[in-house]
Amino acid sequence: MNEGRTKRRHGRSETAQGYLLVATPFAYALLLLAVPLGAIVMFSFWTQDYLTLDKTLTLKNYREAFSEPLYGELLIRSLLVSGAVTLATVLTAFPIAYFVSFYVPPERKSMWIFLITIPFWTSYLIRVFLWKVILGYNGVFNTTLLGLGIIDEPLTFILYNVNAVVITLAHAYAPFAILPIFVALEKIDRTLLEAGRDLGESYVMTFFRVTLPLAMPGVVAAVLIVFIPTIGDYVTPRLVGGPDGLMIANMIQTQFLKLNNAPMGAALAVLAMAMVGAVALVFLALTRRFLRGQ
Amino acid sequence: MKDTLGVTRPIITLDNVEKYYGDYYALRGITAEINQGEFFSLLGPSGCGKTTLLRTIAGFEEPSSGRVTIDGKDMAGVPANVRPTNMVFQSYAIFPHLTVAQNVGFGLRREPLTRKEKERKVVEALEMVGLKGFGARAAHALSGGQRQRVALARALILEPKVLLLDEPLSALDKKMREQMQMELRRLQRQVGITFILVTHDQEEALIMSDRIAVMFEGQIAQLDTPQVLYRRPVSRQVGEFIGVMNFLPAKATVGPDTHIEVEAAGLGRAVIGADQLPGGWHPGQTQSVGIRPETMSILFEGETTDRRVATGIVEDRAYYGDMTYYEVRLDGVEKPMTISMKNLVGRPVLERGSQARVAWDARSLVLFA
Ligand SMILES: Nc1ncnc2c1ncn2[C@@H]1O[C@H](COP(=O)(O)OP(=O)(O)OP(=O)(O)O)[C@@H](O)[C@H]1O
Ligand SMILES: [Mg+2]
Repeated sequence: MNEGRTKRRHGRSETAQGYLLVATPFAYALLLLAVPLGAIVMFSFWTQDYLTLDKTLTLKNYREAFSEPLYGELLIRSLLVSGAVTLATVLTAFPIAYFVSFYVPPERKSMWIFLITIPFWTSYLIRVFLWKVILGYNGVFNTTLLGLGIIDEPLTFILYNVNAVVITLAHAYAPFAILPIFVALEKIDRTLLEAGRDLGESYVMTFFRVTLPLAMPGVVAAVLIVFIPTIGDYVTPRLVGGPDGLMIANMIQTQFLKLNNAPMGAALAVLAMAMVGAVALVFLALTRRFLRGQ
Repeated sequence: MKDTLGVTRPIITLDNVEKYYGDYYALRGITAEINQGEFFSLLGPSGCGKTTLLRTIAGFEEPSSGRVTIDGKDMAGVPANVRPTNMVFQSYAIFPHLTVAQNVGFGLRREPLTRKEKERKVVEALEMVGLKGFGARAAHALSGGQRQRVALARALILEPKVLLLDEPLSALDKKMREQMQMELRRLQRQVGITFILVTHDQEEALIMSDRIAVMFEGQIAQLDTPQVLYRRPVSRQVGEFIGVMNFLPAKATVGPDTHIEVEAAGLGRAVIGADQLPGGWHPGQTQSVGIRPETMSILFEGETTDRRVATGIVEDRAYYGDMTYYEVRLDGVEKPMTISMKNLVGRPVLERGSQARVAWDARSLVLFA
């Protein structure tokens, strides 16, 4: 009885302590996430009338977003580009992570991970410009291929279009995909792989039946980490995408800064967010069985 | 199992197997035959190469030299996945992303069976290890003992020629370990598969094995049945490792009538039977004798015996309920020796410092270099 009371009192002070502990991060989240997000959602229900902001709530922006084919086209393209970037990034990241995890001696692993992050020491913009130099009409890539006599004319389909956007973004996000996959692979108990072999499976089948399923949490994390931000990228499409490589974020930027139509931009942003959220949730639902119980 | 001629057939032959890592020898000149259907143990202290030898048999390590033959086939270059062996790993290596049934059925993928048949086999295997109805459980929701049973079922379901077990019981608590020792023994008799067990627990090896190979520093020191290992260890090292053994400095001489006489400190002279001599023995080689605690007894007030008697002082004693262990320092010997006595009804427990008469037999002496 007595004991119960002290326990309860003790519990209460613990709860209070808990609130205190989360208060600071909570304030941060509120200030840096909820407030801007709320503002964007708010804006999306207002309208811009030349210079004045009409604050009556309306769905006009959303109606326009759905009726104007350009917006839909940009959204779909963004989705496809992000999908392609994600696929390319994860497919190239996996072998690299696998190599570092399984073939690099333990004492050198951290050095390898360090080397992989080196491209990140330069500014993102500089890296995008470098890709321009590499992929351009007179760029490194074309000159090399011409010099080797593999092509007669410079390739034009590699710059100022969607391909260039995919290549550049895939490169930019590579470490973000390599790291979670590497961590997932590192966590795999190596005797599990021996057990797979012992139970009669070849190296290849052991990979598919043991290594890959156990690495899935890392792969899922990599997919989300790459997919979610790339949809909102606007620097890369702007610089290397050409007119056909533009994405939804470029349109949002245009609405906000050039057309001075913040509400329309906000509506597009909300739509893009909803789409990313939906795709991410569907993806998580599909891969849930890999994430269970680990 | 014997073949038609009644000859025991080796299922595994190890012929001068060596393994070195750089210039470190993990295995040296391992030569042994392991018979079909026997429960064989590899016993030795940590780092003596037990796991390395087991992994060499399983195909996870290639021997640096020498030959491993399983069921008459040379295993050189044969990868682990096609060898007729299965392993129970020390950590059990249960696949965490699969259910119990999926774990147990993992190796059945390549078997030419229908789905129904496979499912039935899994159910049977689970039943055999006492995990009936556990099939749908997630593998990570199992206790240590249950994991071990899953690992056993998963290996046995493939009906290997040889089952390899690397310290399978070391992660269990004492009660569970004792229970599993019995159960493993029962399973082995039931399925008739050759078991090779790695352990550093001498008691476990004695309890479970038909034969034991005692290993030190990458070499087999002695390979024999538990009884011979216990009674006639070939070296002090083996005698010390298995059970408790007392050692006394000693000298051996061949008497005029070719009787062999041993003079052991504290005990005195004794005549030794020819069967007690190690192979290739010569008198100058004997430096000490060993004697087990339970082969001696302390004589209490008024007790008489026709056995040999030595005298000493009780230095210490430990009372275990059923047994009392005495540390007795024999007259003329520096180191006290351990003597174990059953606490029979009416038998007193001697105090520290009391005089003790110790009865012993020449038959229980073991000669060492
Ligand atoms: N891959 C390796 N490289 C270098 N040395 C190794 C390697 N594997 C094992 N060794 C060495 O070989 C020796 C025998 O190792 P092993 O694992 O067989 O011992 P063990 O008898 O199983 O010991 P424990 O009872 O501790 O498991 C050890 O000294 C170990 O350090
Ligand atoms: Mg070991």
